[in-house]
Amino acid sequence: MRIAFARSDNSHVSRWWWELDRWMFGTLLLLIAVGLLLTVAASPAVAERLGLNSFHFVKRQAVFMVMGIGGILFVSMLTKQWVRRLAVVLFPITLGLVYLTVFQGAEIKGATRWLQLGSFTLQPSEFLKPVFIVCTAWMFSEQFNNPSFPGKKVAVVLYLLVIGGLLMQPDYGQTFLISAVFLGQLVLAGLPVLWLGAFAGLGIVALVVAYMFVPHVQNRIDIFLDPASGDSYQIDTALNAFRAGGMFGRGPGEGAVKRVLPDAHTDYIFAVAGEEFGAILCLAIVALFAVIVIRGLSHLLEEENTFVVFAAGGLLALFGLQAFINLAVNLAILPAKGMTLPFVSYGGSSMLALSLTMGMVMALTRKNKFLKGKFSHTRFPKSTKSAGQNVGEAS
Amino acid sequence: MSLSPRLHIAESHKAKMEIARNRLMVAIFIFAAAFTLLGLRMLDLGLVQRVAEAGNNHSEHAAVMASRSDIVDRNGVVLATNLQTSSLFARPKRITEPRVAAARITAVLPELSEADVYTKLTSSKSFVWLKRKLTPREKWQVNALGIPGLDFQNEEERIYPQGAMASHVLGYVDIDGKGLSGIERFFNSRLSDPSFADEPLVLSMDVRVQHALGDELSKTMERFSAIGGAGVVLDIETGEVLAMASMPDFDPNHAGSASRDARFNRATAGVYELGSIFKTFTLAMALDSGVVELNDSYDARQPISIAGFKIKDDHPQNRILTLPEIFIYSSNIGAAKIAMDVGGEEQRNFLQRLGMLRPATIELGEVAWPLYPERWRDINTMTISYGHGIAISPLQLAVGSAAMVNGGELITATLIKDHDADYGDRRRIISESTSEQIRAMMRATVQIGTGKNANVPGYRVGGKTGTAEKSDVGGYREDALMSSFMGAFPMDAPRYLVLISVDEPKGIAETYNFSSAGWVAAPTVRNIVARIAPILGVEPSTEEDPHFQQAALLIDASKAN
Repeated sequence: MRIAFARSDNSHVSRWWWELDRWMFGTLLLLIAVGLLLTVAASPAVAERLGLNSFHFVKRQAVFMVMGIGGILFVSMLTKQWVRRLAVVLFPITLGLVYLTVFQGAEIKGATRWLQLGSFTLQPSEFLKPVFIVCTAWMFSEQFNNPSFPGKKVAVVLYLLVIGGLLMQPDYGQTFLISAVFLGQLVLAGLPVLWLGAFAGLGIVALVVAYMFVPHVQNRIDIFLDPASGDSYQIDTALNAFRAGGMFGRGPGEGAVKRVLPDAHTDYIFAVAGEEFGAILCLAIVALFAVIVIRGLSHLLEEENTFVVFAAGGLLALFGLQAFINLAVNLAILPAKGMTLPFVSYGGSSMLALSLTMGMVMALTRKNKFLKGKFSHTRFPKSTKSAGQNVGEAS
Repeated sequence: MSLSPRLHIAESHKAKMEIARNRLMVAIFIFAAAFTLLGLRMLDLGLVQRVAEAGNNHSEHAAVMASRSDIVDRNGVVLATNLQTSSLFARPKRITEPRVAAARITAVLPELSEADVYTKLTSSKSFVWLKRKLTPREKWQVNALGIPGLDFQNEEERIYPQGAMASHVLGYVDIDGKGLSGIERFFNSRLSDPSFADEPLVLSMDVRVQHALGDELSKTMERFSAIGGAGVVLDIETGEVLAMASMPDFDPNHAGSASRDARFNRATAGVYELGSIFKTFTLAMALDSGVVELNDSYDARQPISIAGFKIKDDHPQNRILTLPEIFIYSSNIGAAKIAMDVGGEEQRNFLQRLGMLRPATIELGEVAWPLYPERWRDINTMTISYGHGIAISPLQLAVGSAAMVNGGELITATLIKDHDADYGDRRRIISESTSEQIRAMMRATVQIGTGKNANVPGYRVGGKTGTAEKSDVGGYREDALMSSFMGAFPMDAPRYLVLISVDEPKGIAETYNFSSAGWVAAPTVRNIVARIAPILGVEPSTEEDPHFQQAALLIDASKAN
C-alpha cells in the first residue's frame, strides 16, 4: 500500500496518516492476514464435522476481517477525547448486554455468554473489556491530575460491576483477564507495592477457592500439574501437533489435529499452525504479538498524557495477556483455559472487539513526531528536578 | 522546601509520572520475557522433542511386527498366516455428541446396531471396542467422519488362505488371536512366542493329499446323502498324518458362524463302532498268539446265539471257511469263534497294547476316550472281534491298522513334520510274518473279497471293509450304518494307509440300494488312492508279491456267494 500524502496537505486524513504508527498498523494487518490463512487451514475440517459448508467459517471470517480493518481505520482516526467519549457511551451499553446474557443468553457449553442477533452471536463481554479499561484509565488520570477526585473509588465500583456480570455467566477466563489488566492499571497509577502484594495474594486466594469449589478448574489444574491424573487429550493432541510439525510443518492441509480437536479453529488454532506450517510460522506469530505489545508500550514511555498511558497501556496489556495465555495453553505452559488468539482465532465478536481495542490504541498513540522531542524536553527535562516552568496539564 | 501549592502538585505529578514510567518499563520487560519464553518452548517442541518422537514411532512399529507364526504344510504351502488390519475403538469421555456420533458410525458400518454403539459411547469406561478388524475401505470411511474420540489400533487378523481345507486340524483363533481349537490351540504358546515369529510351524500334512481326501469324502457324502464322514491318510512308517478330514467342515476364517456339528472333528473327537475292520486285529491276534494257523477253518454255517443276541454274517457263505475266507468275506461268525478260541482276556490285553482302550495320541486337544465294556464278557469278546460293542475314533483305528500292515510295530501318529526325528519310537505288537499274512489277506479282500471296489490297477491296494450298524437306544438299527474302509498301498511294500468312514449313507440305485462299506467306502478309497499315489511317488506295477499266493490258495473263490 502506497498512499502518498503531501506533507503540506493539512487535511484531517493526511494528518492522521502522518501521525499514525504505520509500523504497528502494518504488523496488525499482517497478523490479521495470518489469521485468515490459518482459518482457511483449520476451519474446513471443523465446519465439515458440524455439517456446515466447508468454507462457512472462512467466508464469515473474511467478512469480519474487512469489517475489522475498517473498524481499526475508523477508530484510529478518532481524537483522544472522542476515544474517551466512545468508551464512556459504550460502557453502560455493553455492561447492560453482559447482564442481559445472564438472563436470556444462548447457553453454549454450559455458560451463557452470547446473545443471538439473527445469524450472528454477539459476545458482549469482548466489547466490554476495552471500553471498561478506557473508562478506568480516565478515572485514574483524573485523580492523578487532581488528587481530590475519587477516580480510584469509581473505578473499583465499575470493576466490581463488570466482574459481577462475568462471574454470573460464568466466564472465569475473562474475569481473570480483566482483573489482571485492572491491577496493572492500578500499578501504573501509583499503587504502592505493598498493595500490589495484597492484591496478588487476593488473586491467589481466588484461584485456590476456584480450585476447591469449581470442579472443572480443579480438573484442569490437576491435569496441568500431573497429566496422568485425568483426561489431557486436548493438550496432548496439541503438543503432538507441534512435535509432528517440527520446524517447517507437515505442509498446508496435511495436519491431523484439526480433524480431532473441537476448537481447532478457535482456541487451538496455534496448534494447527504448528502442525501444518511448523515452528517457523509459530515463531513469526509470537514475534508479531511481541512487536505490537512492546512497540505500543514503548511509545508510552515518552507520553506525558496520563490518560493515554493508562488507557493504551491497559489495552495493550489486555491484548498481550490474552495472546500470551492462548499461546501458553497451546504450548502446555499454562493449564487449559479457553481463550482466543487475538485476530487469529475465528470469531466475529472477538475480531470486531479487537479492532476497537487496537483502533483505540492507535488513536491514542498517534502523535506529531516533529513535536515530540521538543515538547518532552521542554516540559519534563529528565536531568533537572527543579525545572518547574510550564507545567500545564496536557490536553 | 516551600513551594506554592501549584508547584507542589506539579512536583508530585512529576514524581508519580516517573514511577509510572519505571513500572511501564518493568511491564515491557515482563512481556518481552513472556514472549521469549513462548518462542523457546516453540523451539523445544518443534526441534528437540520432534526427534524424540520419531524414535518412539519406530520402536512402536517394530512391536506390531512381532506376530503369531505361520502354519505351513510339509512342502511349505501356507495354511495359516496373518494380515495387518485396524480395529476401531472409542474413548467415550472424549465423544462430545454420542447420539450424532452413533448415527454417523452406523451409517458407515451398517452391521453395528446404533443403540449398541450409543450405549458404548456413553459408557463410563475410558476405552471401548466398536468394531474389530476393519477393511481398509471401512477404516478410510470412519476416518473421513472425523469424529473426535475415535481411534484405531493396529491388529493382526489370522488368515487361512486354503479356506475350509484341513480346518479341523488347523482349528481357529478368537478375535484376540488366541488359539481355540486344533493346532492353533495345541501349539498356542509356540505360535504366539515372539522368538518363533519368523519360523513357521511345519505340519506333516500335504495339501495335495488333503484336498484329494476332503474332495472325495464330500463327494461320497453327497452321493449317498450321508450325515457325516471322516478320513485319515497316514504314513505307516513314520506315523505322520498326511491328511485328516471331517465332514461337514467349516471355514476357519469365519469359525464363529459355523455350527457345532461342522466344527466337530469326527476323526479324533468322535468315537464310533467301526465294524469289521476290527477283524484285522482279531485275526492278527489269533495268528500271532499261535492259537490258529492260516489254514485253520471254522464252521460259519450256523449263526451264534448268545445272551439273546444272534451273530450272523452279512455275506453268508454257509460253509466251513478258512481264515483268509473269514477275512475276505468278512464272516462275523468266524471272527467271533476265533476270538473265543483266543480268549477274552487275551483280546483285551491285545487291544490295550494296540492303544485301542485309551485316547489317540495326537497333537490336538479334541481327542475322545474310546467306549468299551467295563466287564469283558463272552458276548463282548465275540462282538468286539468284528468291531461292535467298542467305539473308537477313526484315527485310533488307522493307527492300530497301520501296526497290522507295517511289519507289526505300533507307531505314534503326529501332525508335525519333524526334520530331526527318526520316528523310531515303536512298539512291536505282532511279528513280521503275521503282518505279512494280514497283508496277504487284505490284498485278497480287494482282489476278490468285499473290498473289490477299492482296487486301483497298478497300485496294489489291500484293505478291509467295515460296515457297522449304528447303535441306538435298545439295540442296533439296520437302516443306519457306519460304512468304513481301511486301505493300504502298495501292498508289497506298504507305506500309506487310507481310512474312510461314512456316517449313515443311504443306498442308491447304482449300488442296488446297498449302503455297506464295499459299496460306499471302498470306492471312495479307490478314488483317493488313484489321486494321491502318483503325488506320493508310488510307482505303479502289475507284479504281485509271491507271498500272497499262499493266502490265495486257501480261498475258494469259485464258491464265493
